[in-house]
Amino acid sequence: MTEFALILVSTVLVNNFVLVKFLGLCPFMGVSKKLETATGMALATTFVLTLSSIASYLVNTYLLAPFELEYLRTITFILVIAAVVQVTEMVVHKTSPLLYQVLGIYLPLITTNCAVLGVALLNVQTEYNFLQSAVYGFGASIGFSLVLILFSAIRERLTVSDVPVPFQGPAIALITAGLMSMAFMGFSGLVKG
Amino acid sequence: MLSAILVVGLLAATFGIILGFSAIRFKVEGDPLVEQIDKLLPQTQCGQCGYPGCKPYAEAIANESAEINQCPPGGEQTIHDLAELLNLEIIPLNPENGAPTEKTTVVIDEANCIGCTLCIQACPIDAIAGAAKQMHTVIQSECTGCDLCIPPCPVDCIIITPVKHDFKTWQWDKPAMLAENKTDIA
Repeated sequence: MTEFALILVSTVLVNNFVLVKFLGLCPFMGVSKKLETATGMALATTFVLTLSSIASYLVNTYLLAPFELEYLRTITFILVIAAVVQVTEMVVHKTSPLLYQVLGIYLPLITTNCAVLGVALLNVQTEYNFLQSAVYGFGASIGFSLVLILFSAIRERLTVSDVPVPFQGPAIALITAGLMSMAFMGFSGLVKG
Repeated sequence: MLSAILVVGLLAATFGIILGFSAIRFKVEGDPLVEQIDKLLPQTQCGQCGYPGCKPYAEAIANESAEINQCPPGGEQTIHDLAELLNLEIIPLNPENGAPTEKTTVVIDEANCIGCTLCIQACPIDAIAGAAKQMHTVIQSECTGCDLCIPPCPVDCIIITPVKHDFKTWQWDKPAMLAENKTDIA
């Protein structure tokens, strides 16, 4: 149990995928202009990340490892992720047409979110078992969601604040992201080793 | 080599089947967003937005070829609701489309009506009852106050009247939400 808690804390805070590992920056900058959009994106990514983490673990252990096809890992993982994203897109289109329109191109682009492939590959690299991979994927997506929602809330405040002209727009957003990243580095003392 | 082709082929086929199945299961008919927008519009079918009716305007909003501020009958409340639904900024009503007015209906001065049926053809919601060479009248509960029947009338017997409130129809004024005020609150 402590082990799972450790994985969770580690992925959400200490080794946060966006701010410490710098994976998945595209949706982080792209969909963070409005809080509602960011929340929708966070939910969609949480779903995709957790599911693809589990699915890629299963594919790796039961298909690739027995046939000694580890060299095909990246391409099969991309296949798995693309399929999961496609299903997610269909479900979102059916259940929430507005969210579908708001997320727009960023929904299919979850496929190319490097955090998703990163989680799948890191699962294999660290030799996690089934439950550990699931928790790892879930923790990574919670970390992603947390940071995305925090960032979009800050950006919403930034739009009404008095920013000097040269820093307006993406410049101040990147500076904010950098400051957040530095803040998250403070968590590195939380877990030893 | 053979096992590699088989395994990846099998995997691709499995995902193909799953995707094909969910494509049928989660099929979306029409555009649900248009329905949601259409529900917020006042359904006066007046055409002041530049589109033939509320549904075409809703379609234009949904594919982002129209602004949300082109509906004078809906006024600020409609703009506010649409902005909330579509996650857009609240913008003031476009003056080119007309100004929001007090709710009015039209009344036919029945003594002067010659029974030409021109206003019946102009009415987008069939709120005028009558027949050729018979006196016409406006069904007050149906009239949306779009005033489209006034230009075709050859004898100018259609009069705009403000809606009188009685105890049944009176309600509080809708809260004014001007774009300028909104930023102060935020």
